[in-house]
Amino acid sequence: MGLKQNLHNLKEKYKGTKMEQSFNALHTFLYLPNITTHSGAHVRDAADLKRVMNTVIMSLIPALIFGMFNAGFQHYGQINGFPASGMPFLTTDFWNLDNLLVGASKILPMLIVSYGVGLGVEFIFATVKKHEVEEGYLVTGMLVPLIMPIDLPLWMLAVAVVFGVVIGKELFGGTGMNVLNPALTIRAFLFFNWAAWMSGDKVWVNGAKEGVMNAAGTDAISGETILGTLAANKPLLHSAQDMFFGFIPGSVGETSTFMILLGAAFLIFTGIGSARIMISSVIGAVVMGLIFNTLVTSGVIVEGSKFYSLMNFPFWQHLLVGGIAFGIVFMATDPVSASQTGMGKIIYGFFIGFFSILIRVFNPAYPEGVMMAILLMNVFAPTIDHYVVQANINRRMKRLKVKTT
Amino acid sequence: MSKDIRIKKGLDLKLKGSAECKISDASRSKVYAVKPSDFHGVTPKMIVKEGAIVKAGEVIFYSKNDESVKFVSPVSGTIQEIKRGEKRVILEILITADSQNVCLEHSKKNPKDLSSQEVKAHLLASGCWPFIMQRPYDIVANSADTPKAIFVSGINSAPLAADLNYTMNGKQDALAAGFTALTKLTTGKVHVTVSPLADFMPNVDGVSVHKGEGVHPVGLVSTQIAKIDPINKGDKVWTVQIEDVAIIGELFITGKLNLQRIVALTGTGVESPSYVTVTMGAQLSDVLGSNLKGGNYRIISGNVLTGDKKSKEQSLGFYHSQVTVIPEGDDYDFFGWNLPRPNKFSVYRAGMFSFLTPSKKYDLNTNTNGEHRGFVLTGKYEKVFPLDIYPMELLKSILVKDIDQMEALGIYEVAPEDFSLTEYVCVSKQDHQAIIRAGLDMMIKEVG
Repeated sequence: MGLKQNLHNLKEKYKGTKMEQSFNALHTFLYLPNITTHSGAHVRDAADLKRVMNTVIMSLIPALIFGMFNAGFQHYGQINGFPASGMPFLTTDFWNLDNLLVGASKILPMLIVSYGVGLGVEFIFATVKKHEVEEGYLVTGMLVPLIMPIDLPLWMLAVAVVFGVVIGKELFGGTGMNVLNPALTIRAFLFFNWAAWMSGDKVWVNGAKEGVMNAAGTDAISGETILGTLAANKPLLHSAQDMFFGFIPGSVGETSTFMILLGAAFLIFTGIGSARIMISSVIGAVVMGLIFNTLVTSGVIVEGSKFYSLMNFPFWQHLLVGGIAFGIVFMATDPVSASQTGMGKIIYGFFIGFFSILIRVFNPAYPEGVMMAILLMNVFAPTIDHYVVQANINRRMKRLKVKTT
Repeated sequence: MSKDIRIKKGLDLKLKGSAECKISDASRSKVYAVKPSDFHGVTPKMIVKEGAIVKAGEVIFYSKNDESVKFVSPVSGTIQEIKRGEKRVILEILITADSQNVCLEHSKKNPKDLSSQEVKAHLLASGCWPFIMQRPYDIVANSADTPKAIFVSGINSAPLAADLNYTMNGKQDALAAGFTALTKLTTGKVHVTVSPLADFMPNVDGVSVHKGEGVHPVGLVSTQIAKIDPINKGDKVWTVQIEDVAIIGELFITGKLNLQRIVALTGTGVESPSYVTVTMGAQLSDVLGSNLKGGNYRIISGNVLTGDKKSKEQSLGFYHSQVTVIPEGDDYDFFGWNLPRPNKFSVYRAGMFSFLTPSKKYDLNTNTNGEHRGFVLTGKYEKVFPLDIYPMELLKSILVKDIDQMEALGIYEVAPEDFSLTEYVCVSKQDHQAIIRAGLDMMIKEVG
């Protein structure tokens, strides 16, 4: 009782001062505010934006935890050799403290920088513009470390977060107004500024950049992703099972399709994530994958072509590697930057999947396309919605014409 | 031609405190009030002064923009006060009731024998006209118009709403006369939608009776209009509440305007939820009487989704047949934004488990359960919105005052009440009904 009353008194005290927004932001984390309805519906649903955002964060936890262990697993596996017993899911070869420590020591600082810097910017904007601190960044802050290479310097991340939040979101008017997905804006910023840290074969496993030597005195760690291997037309070292469960190099949270599917199921079940976007994205990716597979089987693309390995890669395995699963489930479904109409979501999702695979295969510099595909479709989402809504408008016009004739 | 309407997109809020089928008379108030603000868009022009003595049914003011539309006193007595607010806007007219309750007598008429002009003149003169509402815009109908059709909803699907089978029981004759009068007002049809279980609807020539089933908002007249004969640009249709059709009918049969309603007292703030017979304009303290629990409650004239917040001293709304009393929610809730809350209801499954108990009844309070935010989630409003309209797009077009887009997206087809459910499920806690009302007012001003 005491805490509640004290905080209430403080809230009254700070009303109208510079502290108001910051204090309220913290206060509403402890207590659901005492705001009541005044007009319209006198009762309201128990869910608010905080609860919704919280649900999305919870859906990201499996991928985050797996990512921490996998960072260590890839690191030690490349130095000491991977366990011979095969797939280590449910074994201590994977779930051990050493692995976790490598991951945690890298990923927790990223998480702290991401949230610290991002929320800092949000608080400043809220105070200056005198609006409430909005929840949008809670999810963005969690997404950001999950789509980064493990060794990314923290200062780069901080710069990118400032850019993403200010240019990507606040300039448009804050949560709910942005055109592009903020987390992907941050990633795109990093990618175009420090490409050497964001792509290539030296960044995806902890230690690859520093050139940790093995006993033989050669580079122990190759930080190449599966897509990188394919783009270079080299033989694959991982089974489809490894890809599905995620024992492969890649951005922190993107590797385990299995954990991502857990998150997807949770999002769809809670009614927060859009199943339409997810399913139609998968369909789009499968269609493009099948087209490429057919090009190979029909002999249009033959061995020796620089696209051969990526095109020959079975269409369903395309869904297991790279960031496509993560992007489809957690980024494409961002309701603000996605299409907002039912039909629009289907079209929007389809092209995300379609373009992801297309860019992945044809872009030689950067063998992953989901980031570009989502950003591209973010830009087109309002256009798609426009035509879907126009169909509704035309239906209404037609009704009017039938009446007047 | 009768239509079957089946509504799946919507939501039945299950609340505690539904009215038991027993009825009593509310104690007679000392003071009755007529509030011009109950009639949206009407600017009142008084024709009586403070201190004047009026009969029940006598005209006290008329509408400035449509002078034949008159408003009457519900009781006989003395005009005690004409309360004015800023810029001398009339807030309410208080009438001290006398003990006799003398009614103004009109001649008894059979609407069948009257021409449409005669019916119209009688309704206008007797003060029944404000019962007739116009779409588009959801305002009192313009007496110069002839509508394309008249729609009456015979379903009360709102939370805890009065059971029409109970309140309309024994009013068949009045309904028959009222509907006959309505048929004279339109060149088209009079459409009534009732539930398949309804037993109060008489057979009247020129009235088509439709069957409506499903979840709320099946009982909202916009839903029924959209399914039966949608409104196009340039159309005018009228709507009347079925309780008011009976009042109109009674006027023709008895020659007296009997402004009484059977009101359902509902909600957990009511000691024993039941029905009372109330004269319109009665103070809510008299309507509720000893039935009101002590404590921090909100009194709502109407239902929880569309009603008006009132104090005990204020009067029952002109169009309302329900009073709901629910707990105020002006308290903080520790980690109320993320912990499961078994005493609250959510259509989302985000840490809320109300989906496991679909038939559980809730005692919801007036807390917004969150702060006002920009529109974020999409595709949720459509699940509780049965009209062929994009609700969020329409709301946004109103917020940016884009008249052409509002028209194209179907603003003529909606009333604020249609957005009560989207407002309920909105996680951004936007006030949808207020936005729609503002949009309609903008259209009245710009388009007319």
